[in-house]
Amino acid sequence: MKSGKFWAWLVFALGAAYFFIPLIATVEFSMRMRRGEYSFDAYKVVLGDARFQATFGYSVLAAVFTIILGVLIVVPAAYWIRLRLPQLRPIVEFITLLPLVIPAIVIVFGYIRMYGSNSPLPFLATDTGTNALLVIGYATLALPYMYRAVDTGLRTIDVRTLTEAAQILGAGWGTIITRVILPNVLIAVLSGAFLTFAIVIGEFTMASLLNRPAFGPYLQNIGANRAYEPAALAIIAFAITWGCMSLIQILSRFAPKSANRPN
Amino acid sequence: MRLPTQWLGVAPFFIFAIMFLILPTLYLMLGAFQNDAGEFTLENIAALAQPSIVAAYWISIKVSLASSLIGAFAGLAIAIAIVRGGLPDWIRSATLTFSGVASNFAGVPLAFAFLATLGRLGLATVILNTVFGLNIYAHGFNILSFWGLTLTYVYFQIPLMVVIIVPAIDGLKKEWGEAAATLGATMSQYWRMVVIPVIWPSFLGTVILLFANAFGAIATAYALTGSSLNIVPILLYAQIRGDVLHNAHLGYAIAFGMIVITGLANVFYIWFRTRSERWLK
Repeated sequence: MKSGKFWAWLVFALGAAYFFIPLIATVEFSMRMRRGEYSFDAYKVVLGDARFQATFGYSVLAAVFTIILGVLIVVPAAYWIRLRLPQLRPIVEFITLLPLVIPAIVIVFGYIRMYGSNSPLPFLATDTGTNALLVIGYATLALPYMYRAVDTGLRTIDVRTLTEAAQILGAGWGTIITRVILPNVLIAVLSGAFLTFAIVIGEFTMASLLNRPAFGPYLQNIGANRAYEPAALAIIAFAITWGCMSLIQILSRFAPKSANRPN
Repeated sequence: MRLPTQWLGVAPFFIFAIMFLILPTLYLMLGAFQNDAGEFTLENIAALAQPSIVAAYWISIKVSLASSLIGAFAGLAIAIAIVRGGLPDWIRSATLTFSGVASNFAGVPLAFAFLATLGRLGLATVILNTVFGLNIYAHGFNILSFWGLTLTYVYFQIPLMVVIIVPAIDGLKKEWGEAAATLGATMSQYWRMVVIPVIWPSFLGTVILLFANAFGAIATAYALTGSSLNIVPILLYAQIRGDVLHNAHLGYAIAFGMIVITGLANVFYIWFRTRSERWLK
């Protein structure tokens, strides 16, 4: 048993080295901008760059719209399937897995060909349309995660009883979904939302092919033209991902564990 | 008429999925079998056989396979170490949290991190050279190469494996180990005849998921190597931007080929998944 413990420590140490060395190296590299001493110059340059602020703001806005769109599509569908149409569950689950099968670059390629300026639905003819198409594309990327999060949330509440109770009290469908179901799955929805945010914020492929001024293409551009700023940006991006994942963990502590929890 | 209200709740989902997921994909798949005049043809698929495209598919498959296999075995080793290795509890939860972050830390920033580590001026490169006297670039290593890209992809592959396989290892019941011991099994027999057969399907399924994950990825590779490493997604990216192959329908065929490969991978994944669920209830 003693040797088993030794191997476990060894494996863990090797893994930790592989994962921490790049992070340490990136931090170190990002601080090398001033010759001969460590400084935070690269961070100052990056954070002060007007294009950083503009593209980051654009991507945050795109992420917020993606989350809203995702919630509007996923919550009613997941709720309705639990309540009335359980026979559709396999089909819906299959569809939500498709974005893991079809690479993002293929999806956006399809958009470019189907929704061009000469098509019946010319999304790409206007700036607003292209922005909308980017948000739509992001919503498809986030679909597997959003659906799974919401469905897990719904599993922990008694959808049928809550709905019937609300109906007896005279609530309509809009009221039931916004004031009964949504508050109950809010934590699950927020988990899905933060994961969506982490995926969308630095996304490169779709934003770049749709020519949007988003954070991902900006990162790529800086990477091709600067030396120390990319390392600073990598650390910032890592911190954002870390922040999103921590928020999900914190939220999960508040989530109800089961529908039959004794009060 | 009950039907309309019955379907109202799921209508937005299905309209969205059909318009923005299924139809665009079908459009490309059909386009792969049409010529400019819209007639049915197999020429586009046949044109995939030209050396540059075959080479792109081949290097993509190699990178995806290598990174998914390395990621899978390393991830499995780490998962077993933190679940069964008798390490303190905080290591387990810290590793799982970190894995959640690292599996989502992909794309352009990941490429920056590896350039800062193993690029010509990266910290690891410099330390290996000055402290250990090992100039990895003189020995043929290059971050802008097959192994450089594979090593970078492993950074999100290992954590993904850890996140997925830890529940499977948790599902190994203590009683099975005790039963095996009671029947006089040695440690190696227990591993060979109980643990490996039970974990095998979820392990293999996850390998396939990792493969598809790497196969469709473009941002990391593009930021790392520009277009110097010709993997399929980068070829398709260049084709969409500027029709570098001078044949629009060939682009459709490349996309079709990617869907076939990731689709096949996922069919196997689902198959292994259902097999593993039999044991891990």
